[in-house]
Amino acid sequence: MDDLESRATQALADIDAAASLDALETLRVGLLGKSGIVTAALKSLGALAPDERKARGAEVNRVKERLADALASRRQSLEQAELDRRLASEKLDITLPGRDGQRGGIHPITRALERIAAIFARLGYQRAEGPEIEDDWHNFEALNFPPHHPARAMHDTFYFGDGRLLRTHTSPVQIRSMQGRQPPIRIIAPGKVYRSDSDQTHSPMFHQIEGLLVDETSSFADLKGTLAEFVRAFFERDFEMRFRPSYFPFTEPSAEVDIRWDAEDGSTRWLEVLGCGMVHPNVLANCGIDPERYTGFAFGLGVERFAMLRYGVSDLRAFFENDLRFLKQFA
Amino acid sequence: MKFSENWLRELVEIQADRAELAHALTMAGLEVEELTVLGEGLAGVVVGEIVAAEKHPEADRLQVCKVAAGQGEPLQIVCGAPNARVGLKAPLAMIGAILPGGITIKAAKLRGVESAGMLCSARELGIDADASGLMELPADAPVGQPLAAFLGLPDASIELKLTPNRPDCLGLVGLAHDVAALFGSRVLVPVQDPAPVTSDARRGIRLEAGRDAPRYLGRIIEGIDASARSPLWLAERLRRAGLRPISAVVDVTNYVMLELGQPLHAFDNDALEGDIVVRHASAGETLKLLDGSEAKLDEGFVLIADERRGLAVAGVMGGHDSRVTDATGNIFLESAHFAPAAIMGRARKLGLHTDASHRFERGVDPELPRRALERATELLLSIAGGQAGPVLVAENPADLPRPATVALRRARLARVLGIAVPDEEVTRIFTALGMTVQTDADGWQVTAPSSRFDIEREEDLIEEVARVYGYDRIPTHTPAGALALAAEPEARIGELPLREQLAARDFYEAVNLSFVSAELLARWGHVDNLVPLANPLSADLAVMRPSLLPGLVEALRHNRARQQERVRLFEVARVFAAGDPPKETPSLAIAACGGARAEQWAEPARPFDFFDLKGELDALLAWGGEPEHWSLHTDGLPSWLHPGRSARVARDGETAGYLGALHPQLAKALDLGPDVHVLEIALLPLLERRLPRAKPVPRFPSVRRDIAVELPEEVRWSQIEQTVRGSLGDLLKELKLFDRYSGKGVETGRKSLAMGLILQDASRTLTDDDADRCVRDAVAALETTCKARLRG
Repeated sequence: MDDLESRATQALADIDAAASLDALETLRVGLLGKSGIVTAALKSLGALAPDERKARGAEVNRVKERLADALASRRQSLEQAELDRRLASEKLDITLPGRDGQRGGIHPITRALERIAAIFARLGYQRAEGPEIEDDWHNFEALNFPPHHPARAMHDTFYFGDGRLLRTHTSPVQIRSMQGRQPPIRIIAPGKVYRSDSDQTHSPMFHQIEGLLVDETSSFADLKGTLAEFVRAFFERDFEMRFRPSYFPFTEPSAEVDIRWDAEDGSTRWLEVLGCGMVHPNVLANCGIDPERYTGFAFGLGVERFAMLRYGVSDLRAFFENDLRFLKQFA
Repeated sequence: MKFSENWLRELVEIQADRAELAHALTMAGLEVEELTVLGEGLAGVVVGEIVAAEKHPEADRLQVCKVAAGQGEPLQIVCGAPNARVGLKAPLAMIGAILPGGITIKAAKLRGVESAGMLCSARELGIDADASGLMELPADAPVGQPLAAFLGLPDASIELKLTPNRPDCLGLVGLAHDVAALFGSRVLVPVQDPAPVTSDARRGIRLEAGRDAPRYLGRIIEGIDASARSPLWLAERLRRAGLRPISAVVDVTNYVMLELGQPLHAFDNDALEGDIVVRHASAGETLKLLDGSEAKLDEGFVLIADERRGLAVAGVMGGHDSRVTDATGNIFLESAHFAPAAIMGRARKLGLHTDASHRFERGVDPELPRRALERATELLLSIAGGQAGPVLVAENPADLPRPATVALRRARLARVLGIAVPDEEVTRIFTALGMTVQTDADGWQVTAPSSRFDIEREEDLIEEVARVYGYDRIPTHTPAGALALAAEPEARIGELPLREQLAARDFYEAVNLSFVSAELLARWGHVDNLVPLANPLSADLAVMRPSLLPGLVEALRHNRARQQERVRLFEVARVFAAGDPPKETPSLAIAACGGARAEQWAEPARPFDFFDLKGELDALLAWGGEPEHWSLHTDGLPSWLHPGRSARVARDGETAGYLGALHPQLAKALDLGPDVHVLEIALLPLLERRLPRAKPVPRFPSVRRDIAVELPEEVRWSQIEQTVRGSLGDLLKELKLFDRYSGKGVETGRKSLAMGLILQDASRTLTDDDADRCVRDAVAALETTCKARLRG
């Protein structure tokens, strides 16, 4: 009996001293395994008298529990130590760059254009398209520009040998969208347009967005409201805005829209951002729409201008150089 | 249209200051494009006269002048201007004056000689850009008078950006009427009295151009001094309108044009023979113009001729041979009305744009010719002397434009503008604009003055009301009633998401011009079906691009030349091909070079190759969800691609584009390496997308078996895939190639491929025996058709 007690005392010391899980397992087998000393002591109970057996049995079980607890506790601390070691050995330099984390970007013109189109899409404008190589009728005549009219001289036009031309504005899409269809119409037509003009502030190719609304109630007041809302939505701020009388053959009354722009140097100036007006009755009639029953408004804007203002681009030509050092700023 | 502010203020009452005037003009549709303040800060500058000049003892280019300034002794001024000479009157800045440029005039010593002020050029005074010498003042300028008072300064030169519908404002009197309407003030234009007729010189005028030239007035003025110079006030007004004073006759015709808007022309009367004939030119007729050029005319031109020859292109420019020179003694002055349609486009056809053509093609008031002729006569007689003959008139009143009476309905006005403008205000606006107004139950009947060519229909009147009433007084309102929602087709990938996907895969979007040079295209082998511009800006921008790649690869080169080794660009735009109408096809292009991955530490580096590019294509096709519609082919490749490292892409058998390595010869010609890979594919088939139809998820597990086979190098993967698929049918769910090896351990000319067969049956769990049988079948098929051998 004392023998078990003293061996248990020894075993507890051994457990505490076990340096590895393997050593601990060996101890466990020697103590609690099939031929371990505790198992042997339990087996030997059968040879005892019943009353002695009970007392002795309780004693052996207490020893067994103490040993089992000690083993479990030692196992836990050894496992923890091993985990700590492993974690320490698995430490990474997380400041190293990640793999393949870079991304490219869409062009700032696309970015501005899509932002504009999305704003109008929320107002129920559908996207429309037309050819970039146009005929005279769609680009000029149907839009109320008679042949040789001085207003044409304001459009420096690229021609092809067959009399076709590169569209000078997105307005011909108005015509194509109205032909063969009846109001209500709300369309937005983004695209490339061309003028034979090239200098610091003019590119021979640029992007415009044309908007058109035709229904039974629209008025100049609606036009003002729509564009004011659009400008606020695009720039995410309020502007002082003015509608200034102007002239386009295909709208009347016509206006140019200026916003009060704060330059970086602290000065402010009026900046023209849009052309617009009430659709000219001749244009509606050219498309088979009754100008007595329907009224409408149209507007056109230069995407580059909006992109320049929104993103602080000062040189128009940067848009078409495709220099990655420029493009990466818009990723 | 550029003019002197002071001049305008002489013609109409304006209480507003300069800034308010400019704002009012702009907000009435007469946009002030530029406003240059002239002659401010001229205190201390007077009219001086050089009374003596001698060479500076120390400097060749300087003179020491004595300048009379109207009080006390002449001042000693050192001056370096080339035109400084005794007798010249010029602006003198006295000591203490501060010039517009900020220079303060102080007593100074120049190379040792005292100078008590400064003689000035026009530029130094902020009056004009001329800095070539001292500003020369007329001989009768009163010495000592403050220069500002003498020149009528300060003033401003105001430039309007007039829209083509407002030719009535191309003369100051017309502009004055608009300003009066804006401010509700009075026009101060005096009535034009006829000039005294003191000669009976006449010439017949015959109108033979119908409605193109319905009114032609002329007059002979004899005995003028054509070399006379214009008085300062007139010269200054011309200068402030951007015109250079030249000679009395030219200056007066220009002055009247600016004042009234009526272009005039003066001929040397002695160069004319018989009647003036206003007729159409005949085809092939030519005329040497004032500017020395030779105009080639056709029947569309109206010609002013005499009985012998052509004299002037009507409404555009006079002829050289009948021009007025300093030696001219007798002139014939023309003041005519030409129909806009007869002049439109004519000047342009001759490569010209003149002040006259600018006005006539927009429309000049047909009632102006007599008044303009009298005004010009009055001025000419006073400047250049002479005897005026009677006014000679030829006209066909029936062909003159007649102002229409246009109805404006009150209800329409309110509907178009979205606001009800009070009736009295509408009437006031029309009246103030010189229109005749009658009211009726529905609204107004309005007749515009003959100067307003733009008033033809109701909308023109609505615009006038809105413009003068003020656009800023029209409220803002948001349109009601959105349309029925337009459904976006789901079976179509949007262009923006497509671009965003490419951006997410590390590509940057480029935007190139749509036109390129024929030379660059020829390099790429694009020579047929091109769409060239008839009037390109330059040879570099002459042909509509038939492919996005030549331009995109140029952009890649641009970046390579700027220390960017790894360039990955894409572009989405239309490409063009000849046709009737020309074909425009939306296209997507990719160009990439440099490392497959951005330079990094974690993986071995390798250059971008065909399979990287093909991976990009696969990713795009996977999005559409219908890769089975697409196929790659090695035949029919364009010449710009490497024949062994490229493919033709087809959808449902129809060619949609190409991808691969640039042909080494092209790459070399473009100074690029073998790593440049390109792809171009028609956009629309790429955007087609399957609408998903859900199927039940398989209920039984799949089994995987890996095999490695050795086969001849030339056997293509697609053939292997087809063979395995053919032998296993529906049981094969997927075939994965996970290793490809050739070299040591593999016979020369052969390769080893390792692949995983994913097997699955929809109705039961496959047993090991089933799987083994599949492997045997697949290997057997590969052995038969692909000369394969199973590897250990």
